[in-house]
Amino acid sequence: MRVQVKLFAFFREGRFVKEDKELPEGTTAGAVVDDLNIDREEVGVLMINSRHCKFETVLQEGDIYAIFPVIGGG
Amino acid sequence: MADKIFRVNMTDLSTSIEDVPADWAGHGGRGLTSTIVAAEVPPTCHPLGPNNKLIFAPGLLSGTAAANSGRISAGAKSPLTGTIKEANSGGTSAQQLAKLGCKALIIEGQPKDDDWYSLSLTPEGVTINKEEELIGKGNFDVVESVEKRFTDKIGILSIGQAGEMQMSAANISVKDPDSHVRSLGRGGLGAVMGSKKIKFIALDAQGGKVDIADPDAFKAANKTFAKALVDHPVSQALGTYGTNVLVNIINEAGGLPTRNFTKGQFEGHEQISGETMHDLIVERGGKPKHACHQGCVIQCSQIYNDLKGKYKTSGIEYESIWAMGADCTVDNLDQIAEMDHLLDDIGIDTIETAVAFGVAMEGGVLDFGDSNEMIRIMKDEIAQGTPLGRVIGNGAANVGRTYGVTRVPVVKNQAIPAYDPRAIKGIGITYATSTQGADHTMGYTIATEILGVGGSADPLSKEGQVELSRNLQIATAAIDSTGMCLFIAFAALDDGTCLPALVDMLNARFGIGLTADDVTNLGMSILKTEHAFNTAAGFTNLDDRLPEFFETEPIPPHNAVWDFTGEEIDTFWNF
Repeated sequence: MRVQVKLFAFFREGRFVKEDKELPEGTTAGAVVDDLNIDREEVGVLMINSRHCKFETVLQEGDIYAIFPVIGGG
Repeated sequence: MADKIFRVNMTDLSTSIEDVPADWAGHGGRGLTSTIVAAEVPPTCHPLGPNNKLIFAPGLLSGTAAANSGRISAGAKSPLTGTIKEANSGGTSAQQLAKLGCKALIIEGQPKDDDWYSLSLTPEGVTINKEEELIGKGNFDVVESVEKRFTDKIGILSIGQAGEMQMSAANISVKDPDSHVRSLGRGGLGAVMGSKKIKFIALDAQGGKVDIADPDAFKAANKTFAKALVDHPVSQALGTYGTNVLVNIINEAGGLPTRNFTKGQFEGHEQISGETMHDLIVERGGKPKHACHQGCVIQCSQIYNDLKGKYKTSGIEYESIWAMGADCTVDNLDQIAEMDHLLDDIGIDTIETAVAFGVAMEGGVLDFGDSNEMIRIMKDEIAQGTPLGRVIGNGAANVGRTYGVTRVPVVKNQAIPAYDPRAIKGIGITYATSTQGADHTMGYTIATEILGVGGSADPLSKEGQVELSRNLQIATAAIDSTGMCLFIAFAALDDGTCLPALVDMLNARFGIGLTADDVTNLGMSILKTEHAFNTAAGFTNLDDRLPEFFETEPIPPHNAVWDFTGEEIDTFWNF
């Protein structure tokens, strides 16, 4: 299945801003984080199609998946 | 040296130094400005008349070595909202006031003639001087000239042309450590200062120091506190990308109000994002990390240079960039930085003014995305006080009334900032119930709804949002009294050592025995004091509502509407 993965802040360093990935059915959000060598401890927010999700959430064909480190402001 | 109240009467040009009344002694910052406004300002007075008072107060820990304690509060009845108002800023003035032994500066009355004045504070007291040279000047000229008259070590509070013309979006500028300015931004307090005919206030502590009752305990608590701040990952991201790191995540969540609140995502988000800004700053030899006051260990400010590598602006915030950017559909950071600089110089709130531009764009005054015309209007209309300049300078609601626009994003006449309350519902409760009109900083539910700090809450669900906003508004009122930057809250929400260390510092500073419960109670009592002032000024629960269009216009991508009932909102005050 095809999923668009988007990275933000320092997760982009040495990786990418946005990439379409071909993933096996049943791939979880957490598995993509692990494949990118991102430490799960550094992850602040995961969103699929603009909704928050968890590491365990299973991705679906056509999803837009965003991975953010722990960030804040205001 | 015991702290004193410095009082200035602009009607008869007299000054006095008074002992601190017993029931003000435990207050600082916002708690003190609100307590004094509630005690001394008639709630029904005209905000620009002689009966309003302008109060400045450093926080309880300002002027000490406590990390991030350099915030100043200013309070009055707001000419924008008609409610009580506290605006909060970094810069050097909180530390100067505290070291002067000034617990609060109260400015009351109003000159009967057309003369302008300045104030000069030293540990001996206040002098009032006539001012001619700087009238009509912007804040950067004022800071440069006043430093030449005194020294570059002094603190300066000043107004630009907008404050002189008493525009209800006018702010008060606070000199920062680099002789640039920060802003006591919201609610038009610059207009109140202008109504008192005061162009600037020079603060010279002359080497004074703040007394600490138990220096060893203070030092130990500050070490723990600073470590909690430095170690928190949000602090680290803030130092790298500034608050503007939020553009992309709020856009991704579908809550970035775009094109005068008609969409929740902005096509140009990447061009104005914190990531892009960081790269531009580094490329042009600016500084991504910069402190707005001495002792800040987070350093979310930055030095932004123009294309030629020359200084353009600093301390540009997410909400300002959102307002001039997504809300007006401007996707060029250099244009936004230019506008930020201009608005700082004119002395007018970036959020209110840019949201007013968004409404003006909808009203056909200028085209969406036309940043050149925005810049022209700022220079040729707002700074000059032309009729159009005054229409915009009096805020978003004023523009809506003038041009017959019904999609006007304000609560109690104050512009709603950078988070759409349909897609991020908790912040809508804060906008509706805040004692000061729409203001994200009053109860920053975004931390929990979007950023996953201090737990989590579904931003599209109503569940738990009233309680979340209430708890954060109570905590914020307390933090705003300490002189602490609100960004300590990220560490405080997640790190169990942070708040106890803050309480320990308060106890060591004053030789008292506060508990965490006392701090919560302080926050509650401040909110109730402010709410009582507003009630006496004529506000009711029906003012705690969002504009109608939020209920009737779904916002993409979630196509969410604002669906809290009035009864649900009103439960906010059940404490």
